[in-house]
Amino acid sequence: MATAARVQEKAATPRVERRITVARILTYVLMILLALIFMLPLLWMLSTSLKPKAQLFAPVIQWIPQTFSLESYQKILANPAVPIGRWFVNSLIVSLAVTALILIIDSLAAYAYARMEFPGKNLIFGLLLSTLFLPGMMFLVPNFLTINNIHLLNNYLGVIIPGLAGVFGVFFLRQFFQTIPKDLEEAAVIDGANVFQTFLMIILPLAKPALATLAVITFLASWNDFLWPLLVLQQADMLTLPPGLRTLQGAYTSEYGQMMAGAVIAAVPVLIIYIALQRYIVQSVASTGIKG
Amino acid sequence: MATAITRQNVAVRTVPAGRRKFSWVPYLFILPHLIFFGVFVGYPFFNGLFVSALNYNFLRPDRTEFVGLQNYVNLFTAGSVQFQPFWTSLWNTVQFVIYSVPPLVIIPLGLAVLLNIKIPGRNFFRAVYFAPWVLSIAVVGLLWWWIFQSQGGLINYYLGQMHLAQPQWLSTLPWAWVAITVATVWWTLGFNMIILLAALQEIPNDLYEAGAIDGATGSQMFWRITLPLLRPVLLFIVTISIIASFNLFGQPFLMTNGGPALPEGGGATTPVMVQIYREGFEHYSLGSAAVMSFVVALIMIVVSIGNFKLFQQRD
Repeated sequence: MATAARVQEKAATPRVERRITVARILTYVLMILLALIFMLPLLWMLSTSLKPKAQLFAPVIQWIPQTFSLESYQKILANPAVPIGRWFVNSLIVSLAVTALILIIDSLAAYAYARMEFPGKNLIFGLLLSTLFLPGMMFLVPNFLTINNIHLLNNYLGVIIPGLAGVFGVFFLRQFFQTIPKDLEEAAVIDGANVFQTFLMIILPLAKPALATLAVITFLASWNDFLWPLLVLQQADMLTLPPGLRTLQGAYTSEYGQMMAGAVIAAVPVLIIYIALQRYIVQSVASTGIKG
Repeated sequence: MATAITRQNVAVRTVPAGRRKFSWVPYLFILPHLIFFGVFVGYPFFNGLFVSALNYNFLRPDRTEFVGLQNYVNLFTAGSVQFQPFWTSLWNTVQFVIYSVPPLVIIPLGLAVLLNIKIPGRNFFRAVYFAPWVLSIAVVGLLWWWIFQSQGGLINYYLGQMHLAQPQWLSTLPWAWVAITVATVWWTLGFNMIILLAALQEIPNDLYEAGAIDGATGSQMFWRITLPLLRPVLLFIVTISIIASFNLFGQPFLMTNGGPALPEGGGATTPVMVQIYREGFEHYSLGSAAVMSFVVALIMIVVSIGNFKLFQQRD
């Protein structure tokens, strides 16, 4: 339809032009309506979190609170049974650690698979590739047992290290490394650089866009992960935000203001990252087709 | 070591492959990842099989006994403790796949066509429609749980304003499934939309120009040009949507707690992932939970391969 309009534009008679303008206005109206539908739940979350409790069940719904109140935030922040500040810090530690470690180990591995020849390379790489088709749920029980056996339940490491086994980052970076012209490395080698120096000083700087994309995707996935931390972290003060929100829900069945305040606290960091880097994130989804 | 690359490159050209000097360097590069891969992907692949042959109670590891195929037999024996809840929950998951995949393909396709119109500001709208995808299921589940509450919930408030029936969304059928599906579609459709939009943008413009010259209307061009060319991508979208919906866990876990209860036992919106979670981590029957996850994983692999074969036929 769009392209049809564009084709007609070329033969622009006044009548056709007017039709295009009307179509354009209708398109905008539709897009804005849809945008509202997408944003309303989030606005409702924010609005609920900023209302005093008495206004939550008002007979007439107020999208903009009559009186703004931080009561819900103060209550959850002050409640030792739901240490949400601690959960925030836990989430931050876990997500940053996963992101940093994945960038390091995956870029090292990806470089070897992209550029070096060694016995067993195709076998090992094929093995990694084949696991992409395996559903993650197969690994829940055995990995839980492994983490239990090495005494990492209720430990940050229990959440962090299974995430490092993923193969997506290795593939993603390998593909990018393969697009870098070899001349640069060869020149560096002639200048006397060893493999590691070449990797560190030539390849990594050139791969900054791919590394940044992988970092953002990894951070978001780790920050949002629900099921694995739910299994591994059981102590209230060790939880990350997503299983923490579940605790919040279980603890106070009708305190919707406080629950939405918790949800806002968990959502704001990813929304900020998204607003700042949306072009990156959207394009990485378009080009790689991964599901976090 | 210093000149491993040059030596190798030279070697490729001048020396027969067999006499290439062996180097440990590549293995050092892949080793850190390979260790984690081995421990958390390779080992559990086999350890899972082993555990599935045990009657393993996480709280009483001393009572572990080897039961061979008993866990598998239980799953396929009508009347066993596991039989009815497992198959009911698997059927619940299949129902959800049926409810959720069509909207997860059709709505993103519509949005992608809309966003493919080249007008100023469309990147903004693309970003808005995609935004919910970056949220955690915990946030999404909690938010829609509140929106669908019968008392004080947003949806029933407006239904009441319009003097329409106000269903108990989260505790009656079919409304519980409607609520879960709406939350899921809102949360994840942006992902499919982005992939479809990227595919739309790769369709060469000449095709539409040729169509316009031949006098085709907009909808004719959509059905005769756009859809046939999108077919491989649509198949991909269908496959990943089926797999994603098969993994349904957080939405019912947080919104309906698996309910409402069914007369024959179990919950009407308890998907198989929640059942596995309960079996393994609430009843601590990890062997039985491992078996369930293998059976479900096998089904998912078969579905993926089936779809993959469809792809190949098209190519």
